[in-house]
Amino acid sequence: MTTRYFGQRIKRNEDPVLLSGRALFTDDVHLPDMLHVAFVRSDHAHGRIVSIDVEAAREREGVVAVYTAADLGDYWQPGPLLVPPPPIEGIVFNARTQVPLAKDKVRHVGEPIAMVVAESRYIAEDAVEDIFVEIEPLPAVVDMEKALEPDAPLIHEDLDSNLAAHVVQTKGDYEKAKAEADVVIRRRFYYNHGIAAAMENRGMVAHWDAKTQHLTMWDTTQAPIAIRNGLAAMLGLSTSQVRVIAPFIGGGFGPKIMMFYPEEVLIPWAAMKLNRPVKWIEDRRENFFATTHERDQIHWAEIALTKEGRILGVKDTFLHDTGAYDPYGLTVPINSQCTLLGCYDVPNYYSEFKAVFTNKTLVTPYRGAGRQHGVFVMERLLDIAARELGLDRNEIRRRNFIPPDKFPYNNEIIYQDFVPLVYDSGNYEPALNKALELIGYEQFVKEEQPRLRAEGKHVGIGVVAYVEGTGIGPYEGARVQIESNGMVNVATGIGTQGQGHFTSFAQVVADQLGVDVRKIRMVTGDTAEFHWGTGTFASRGAVVAGNAIHAAAAAVRQKILKLASQELEVAEEDLELGDGKVWVRGVPDTAIDLGTLAVKANPLRGAVKPGTEPGLEATAYFGPERGATANGVHAMIVEVDPETATVQIKRYVTVHDCGRVINPLILDGQIHGGIAQGIGNAFYERIIYDDNGQLLTASFMDYLIPTAMEVPPIEIDHVETPSPLNPLGTKGAGEAGAIPTGALFAQAIEDALAEYNLEIREIPLSPNRLFELIQEAKAKKGGA
Amino acid sequence: MSEQMTIRVTINGKAYERTVEPRLLLSDFLRHECDLTGTHVGCEHGVCGACTVLFDGLPVRSCLMFAVQAHGHEVTTVEGLAPEAPERLHPLQEAFWEAHGLQCGFCTPGFLMTLVPFLEQNPNPSDEEIREAIAGNLCRCTGYQHIVSAVKLAAAKMHPDPSLRETR
Ligand code: FES
Ligand code: FES
Repeated sequence: MTTRYFGQRIKRNEDPVLLSGRALFTDDVHLPDMLHVAFVRSDHAHGRIVSIDVEAAREREGVVAVYTAADLGDYWQPGPLLVPPPPIEGIVFNARTQVPLAKDKVRHVGEPIAMVVAESRYIAEDAVEDIFVEIEPLPAVVDMEKALEPDAPLIHEDLDSNLAAHVVQTKGDYEKAKAEADVVIRRRFYYNHGIAAAMENRGMVAHWDAKTQHLTMWDTTQAPIAIRNGLAAMLGLSTSQVRVIAPFIGGGFGPKIMMFYPEEVLIPWAAMKLNRPVKWIEDRRENFFATTHERDQIHWAEIALTKEGRILGVKDTFLHDTGAYDPYGLTVPINSQCTLLGCYDVPNYYSEFKAVFTNKTLVTPYRGAGRQHGVFVMERLLDIAARELGLDRNEIRRRNFIPPDKFPYNNEIIYQDFVPLVYDSGNYEPALNKALELIGYEQFVKEEQPRLRAEGKHVGIGVVAYVEGTGIGPYEGARVQIESNGMVNVATGIGTQGQGHFTSFAQVVADQLGVDVRKIRMVTGDTAEFHWGTGTFASRGAVVAGNAIHAAAAAVRQKILKLASQELEVAEEDLELGDGKVWVRGVPDTAIDLGTLAVKANPLRGAVKPGTEPGLEATAYFGPERGATANGVHAMIVEVDPETATVQIKRYVTVHDCGRVINPLILDGQIHGGIAQGIGNAFYERIIYDDNGQLLTASFMDYLIPTAMEVPPIEIDHVETPSPLNPLGTKGAGEAGAIPTGALFAQAIEDALAEYNLEIREIPLSPNRLFELIQEAKAKKGGA
Repeated sequence: MSEQMTIRVTINGKAYERTVEPRLLLSDFLRHECDLTGTHVGCEHGVCGACTVLFDGLPVRSCLMFAVQAHGHEVTTVEGLAPEAPERLHPLQEAFWEAHGLQCGFCTPGFLMTLVPFLEQNPNPSDEEIREAIAGNLCRCTGYQHIVSAVKLAAAKMHPDPSLRETR
């Protein structure tokens, strides 16, 4: 196989339509006679619905229908449990899933109560104002710790507490390790990961064709196939009667894979009931409280070490806020639990968490998906330990890295994909060395920092490491087909939200078939084109779908060779592929183009040999036995102004290992974007609820996502440790950039403000919060 | 329902006449009345910049204007940047393509419409100036770095002195 495209920084096939405003996003779907929906949502975090008066709304001109839970009849069902709890001994898990429209009780601000369908969105919103909902407020459960107190109000009254889950996982014997330790460090940490805030809000358009008995839905989902399967079941249709299309999606980052959102259940139902196309597009305010969050955890963590800084064990107990319902199971806290172990050889581990229901928006994965929380705890523990032991922060990491000869490395606990957390491959020290070199660590700490400090500047450096479990199963599939005009069609089930799949997947196929990468027409996220698969999540696209596509393309290549060897009467080994043709090596004028060969593979007359499949087409699947573990090191130099508590990033360096890379240009973009989100999480973005469970940050004026002024240029380098678990050797990269940034900020700011002896145990920070921490530290210093 | 008004707006050089409610947002008018869906709506409260269009040549947020305010005016949307797209693109679009200045592409039309007049005024901007120019546009995917490179590249492609233009 001649590799021409794999590993190349080629520009993307999908860009011209996106750049020229001609790409189809969900809200761009206009159908004749289409109706529009707006929702009445709860203003209360917790309360009992006393009455809903929709009469005035129903009478408004232009309103076609108004529905409440009572109007849904048997269609009203709590949503499915998307991810059941993993097989961990002694696990407690109380599944309580969201409902299409609140009945009896509301459990978070923004929960939908009634749905208005009207001739225009403007009219629908007028009618929302006509609806009067009487709610008897109940005390809101906002604080995670208080939620578990015996007298806390119950969010789900059929449970005897607000406990959603309780999980303990262990490796070795922590208490024994602790008894042998020279040093034990114990701290409380708080980590709040905010919201995805994709630039495109959610939305869907459903069209029921009564004549063909067929439902089509355009949906901003990351998992169109799962949506189709679920919808068919709910609506009593066969899956072949339902087509779900995830067209161009304006960013996903996790929350768009939640299912089923109430709106996803209601919009197609209304389209069938009213026999007219129905559209709902979320507005930004709704996105803040109706699209899932990730939010916070409180950790009480302990690390036991020898005086040389060797980790003997880690103990961590934490609370996880799951919001009002938990349809996504335990993915987020399990990721925190597992990712905490990081790049380190930790012989003994005790980890226990409780997931807690609160009167807040649901929590599901958002880029990083709980990994941030774990990485923050471990990296902070190591920093504090290094300080206490008088060790260099890089040295303590080096001493504990899993050495390259210990892979595959078994952490002996269960990961989110239900199999033991085993790292497939890794080589951690070179990544650290490269990052230190790139950022000029030695020079900075020995020369630059002292010089700048002498000038009165508060500059600091941070260096942190992390791993990311990526590319988990169960499987994805793909179909590759050569058409009679020589074009190549590739279809896979996953949706795409900007990751460049139209290009990176085309690169894989182009190499196998020897065709121009621009001649490949890639279809993602349309169940009519490919209808087996799970979805785009957990940084798995390039790994799982990428390898399925590779396998399908390889199978088509075999068919080309077989048929061409018959046609040209030579052995397969003597054939060569390239430029969309196949020829006998050394005899270029024997070339047959692949289009012609495709026609021959599908004869209209004559007999084909038994067992021959028509066409140059193949379908293949790929399911990894477990995930591939990517890793990396981030380093940053900051300058902090202690008066205003603003932080300026002077340099940001990342060294990343995600195995073999299909398109480094796309990978760089993924890393930049992840880091930008990480910076937002670390210093700018914060979800704030008041004591009544009101969301105070429900606009871009209050929830600050970073602009070009806050995100610095990022310097990237790579280490390449191919994954042995898949033929392409790829590991996922989608989330990497976002994972270690909180820990990095904490370390770099502490270093910049070394004179104050700060210890940062929480993320997000903000100028306000940092100012408070500085004042506290000053007071302590003054008092000491 | 409120009364209707008939408005005439020139969009991308073409005259449109529509009867609309006075409260109809310009962004909704462009997208849903004129089927020019390249202009995107990310926040409807004037922060994200996705809905930026040129109003008599100057960038405005179409979610903060009513369609009736455009009566008798000229609007340019992303569709107007390269009438022969996607086969032929505007040099700024070309530069975004080459430098990978977009991922999901949702914010992109707003960035382009902000940057076209910016580059006319400042044909040779520094990184700092570019970052300031786009500070009112949010992008959640790219981290802005490749957008900044794209603008540099576009400036090189569009340099006012043709002999200094980069032709790639
Ligand atoms: S949609 Fe107009 S600024 Fe966001
Ligand atoms: S490319 Fe997705 S928001 Fe900018």
